[in-house]
Amino acid sequence: MIQSHNDDSGIVLTEAQIKARRRRSLALGAVIGTLCILFYLITVFRMGAAIVNRTM
Amino acid sequence: MSDAGLSRYAQTALFAEADPKDFIALLKPRVMSLVVFTALAGLIAAPGSIHPFMGLVAILSIAIGAGAAGALNMWYDADIDRVMGRTAKRPVPAGKISAEEALAFGLVLSIFSVVLLGLAANWFAAAFLAFTIFFYAVVYTMWLKRWTTQNIVIGGAAGAFPPMVGWAAVTGGATIDSFLLFLIIFIWTPPHFWALALVKSEDYARAGVPMLPVVAGPDATRLQILLYTLLLVPTGIAPYVTGLGGAAYLAVAVIGGIGMLALAVRVYRRREGKPATRACWQLFGFSILYLFGLFAALLAEKLAFKTFGWVL
Repeated sequence: MIQSHNDDSGIVLTEAQIKARRRRSLALGAVIGTLCILFYLITVFRMGAAIVNRTM
Repeated sequence: MSDAGLSRYAQTALFAEADPKDFIALLKPRVMSLVVFTALAGLIAAPGSIHPFMGLVAILSIAIGAGAAGALNMWYDADIDRVMGRTAKRPVPAGKISAEEALAFGLVLSIFSVVLLGLAANWFAAAFLAFTIFFYAVVYTMWLKRWTTQNIVIGGAAGAFPPMVGWAAVTGGATIDSFLLFLIIFIWTPPHFWALALVKSEDYARAGVPMLPVVAGPDATRLQILLYTLLLVPTGIAPYVTGLGGAAYLAVAVIGGIGMLALAVRVYRRREGKPATRACWQLFGFSILYLFGLFAALLAEKLAFKTFGWVL
């Protein structure tokens, strides 16, 4: 399952491990993106009408 | 944990093949769905109002908090999960996610859910959610579960808090009515879990978990199930008495209560062979329907009143 080499190539992941890592990275990216939108919306809804009430 | 075990976990952490769905499994989605539903009922039933978007975020926070508690539970219980058929395929005992990853995942989500609820609703609700996670992960999982036959009686409080947290997200406090919602789930938990434990007692015995059927025997458990169900029926009706529930709620509470009582009597009387096992599964299945019915009725009544002014 885990292949390791003593040469410069270091640890070589299996195909399944690479695919799993990619799926985890994509999921993590989606979660972080969703959180950015979520916190933006929370800020907007928290501020309410005050968000447009600012001096120019 | 042996050195070989540690080594395997370390390797899993470094070269994991875990899918995102394994991390979702750590959150115990089925438990989470019941938590979300009861918390939503508490949030809608509470007097006052919350911005719909903030309400949605509050429910999301409670769901994440429940999932975090589930992940912490799976981290700590990996050793006993491994020897029980029902839990052996969970991500940690199956070797898909290391115990350390599950712990980190649970802790990060715990902190995140509490902060999110504090920002979206109020800090009383957030503190309540933090206490709920602590109660499930530390008081129940680390202490009660392996120590006493009353593990799921006291530990059941953790599963009963979500409607109070939902209520607190709107009101910023707790009242007798929100406590009643807690009490319903609290008293519902023992007959629900003991019906399952009667069927799965060999699993629990193998894992060394002192569930009531393992320690006190099946007959004593059957009596306890009946006694708790006798207590549950009037508790289920109580929200009608205080005015929290209306006529529709009362109808569900009475009909469902009679069903629960009939099935608890059946569990008490049928003690041998397949009829006994079937009776336990019937009570276990119906108890989920009963709890769902109570909170669905309350939810429907409050939504109808708040949206259309209808009194059901």
